[in-house]
Amino acid sequence: MIDSESNSSEDAPIAAGNRGKAIVDISNLSFTWPSDSTPVLQIDKLQIHQGERVFINGPSGSGKTTLLSLIAAVLSATSGSIRIDDIPLETLHRGHRDQFRADRIGLVFQQFNLLPFLSVSENVQLPCQFSSRRNTRALESGNSLNEETDRLLRAMHLPLPEIKHKPVTRLSVGQQQRVAVARALIGRPSLIIADEPTSALDTDSRIAFLDLLFSEIESSQSTLIFVSHDQTLATAFDRQIDLRTINRANVENHMATGAS
Amino acid sequence: MIKLAYKSLTNRWQSAVLAALAITMSVALILTVEKVRREARNSFTQTVSGTDLIIGARSGSVQLLLYSVFRIGNATNNISMESVDDIRDRAAVDWLIPLSLGDSHAGFRVLGTNEDYFSHYRFGSDQQIQLSSGYLFNDLFDAVIGSQVAKKLGYKLGDEIVAAHGTGRVALVKHERQPFVVSGILKPTGTPVDSTIHVSLQGIEAMHIDWRNGANVKGAGTDAETLRSMELKPTAVTAVLVGLKSRAQVFREQRAINTYREEPLLAILPGVALQELWNLMSVAEMALMIISICVVVAGLVNLMSVLLAGLNERRREMAILRSTGARPAHVFQLLCIESTLLTFIGIVAGLLFHYLLISLGSVFLQERFGLSLNLSLPNLRDISILLAIALAGLIAGTLPALQAYRTSLSDGLSQRH
Repeated sequence: MIDSESNSSEDAPIAAGNRGKAIVDISNLSFTWPSDSTPVLQIDKLQIHQGERVFINGPSGSGKTTLLSLIAAVLSATSGSIRIDDIPLETLHRGHRDQFRADRIGLVFQQFNLLPFLSVSENVQLPCQFSSRRNTRALESGNSLNEETDRLLRAMHLPLPEIKHKPVTRLSVGQQQRVAVARALIGRPSLIIADEPTSALDTDSRIAFLDLLFSEIESSQSTLIFVSHDQTLATAFDRQIDLRTINRANVENHMATGAS
Repeated sequence: MIKLAYKSLTNRWQSAVLAALAITMSVALILTVEKVRREARNSFTQTVSGTDLIIGARSGSVQLLLYSVFRIGNATNNISMESVDDIRDRAAVDWLIPLSLGDSHAGFRVLGTNEDYFSHYRFGSDQQIQLSSGYLFNDLFDAVIGSQVAKKLGYKLGDEIVAAHGTGRVALVKHERQPFVVSGILKPTGTPVDSTIHVSLQGIEAMHIDWRNGANVKGAGTDAETLRSMELKPTAVTAVLVGLKSRAQVFREQRAINTYREEPLLAILPGVALQELWNLMSVAEMALMIISICVVVAGLVNLMSVLLAGLNERRREMAILRSTGARPAHVFQLLCIESTLLTFIGIVAGLLFHYLLISLGSVFLQERFGLSLNLSLPNLRDISILLAIALAGLIAGTLPALQAYRTSLSDGLSQRH
């Protein structure tokens, strides 16, 4: 853990063939917390291509959250460049970074993804309220926003129509996570980021969840970054990246500040 | 956005109710305290109304006011009946009420006067003294008592009252030979009238007919029947209340009386003197004001703490909103809409609660203190207080919103356990 160089890389940052353009293109990235002197994340090169499903793992504190925050433009890099869907994030101003995130990234958290006071459909349609791009794209694929919502919910194997009228707090955790995926997918954002979305699920539902996620990612041509501790899931993905092998920053430093 | 704010708020209705309640209470309390303060001032400065001049022996204006209206302290001197008649004969004078003080009963003052007192004396906004039971002076020894006297001493119509010479509470020489009989009980007025025993001027004379050098003369004295048949003519009174035909003449009349040659007299304008006296007591008013301000500050602090505490619970909600594309401005807006809504609801509910308090409390206050509270639309001062509360509520709501603005998204991504 301390000596990352001795850790032989498995399938490190090799570009995964010619699957299309790079959705994520990181070079010479370095990130240092303002209060620290040494960087917590240093990545020379990382490319993720369109349609790829990438599994990122690493022990807690290895910089996963920091990397996701950088890709989602929540944090900005201290140096180096990140291009997401051909947009260089370092050129974006604050407001534009929010707009970028709303337009192009679908986020799924570990749990508690849904607003308890909105219905299932309203939850799914939230991104379309904040991003006209996703609203337009959602209308391209379905007929109306409600039909597109229904289609996604059905694709996630949620029982329609009864689920639409249930308060979200009455859904099982697995159902909630599937609603969250439907929300991340609506309006076909370029990149789906799932941060430990299965950690609250049991093993059977994990596999079912992954199957549904994969098939929808496939049909919407999105790219998936999936972060998890759970090594057993890794084989289903196109590529697996152990963050320790590509992050050159001192890992110890990370433990102090990265995780909370 | 408003829909979102509304749904979010109804989801957390308990804390929302608490926050609105904080505002409601402070609005209701400050409005009520303000109202009571204003009405107390009003009722005080209208202890006597409709009277244009109060005339007594020459002393200070507050002293004259104190003994003639509030029955506090004693007169330094009397006014002779000749002077009273002179004043009554002046062309500008419409009516005149003679007041004769100096005796008491169980700590309550006995006031000698005549029927004019009951027909011309006014208090509050032109309210007349009214009987709640019995009748006014019919007999020489009839006494009409104020509501407090009746209540505290438990007197009913027909009960006997023996007046004491002097005004202290200690054992005084009593006018035992001439007991008075309660003939009437007055309705509460909230003025010193309530604690006064009214008898006729002739009654006062009758009491003192056998009185020489501070004691009753020896022997049985004059009996009641003889007294009734006597022609009792008072030689002096303590003060007079005067009503003029036209208020415009008040200053000229005042000057004329103050420069009256036969006897040194003092005429005062009751409104001015009452105002002067109230200003002496402005400490009480200040205390009320300070209490109301404290109540409002407490309410606002409460609102802010509820919003801030709610914010901690809502970090996840904010993070979800941000992760689905809501900008910091949206989150800020959401919280501001929320605090605006809460403040608004709080103010409206507070106003209603205030009216409820007033309508419930007015009966009690009228009965206990004779303070009449009327339901009235908020005046300019109330409205500016409400605006200040609204503004402070918005500012109190903005602080948590600013905090949410800064932290919301980074929370969401790093929230793991």
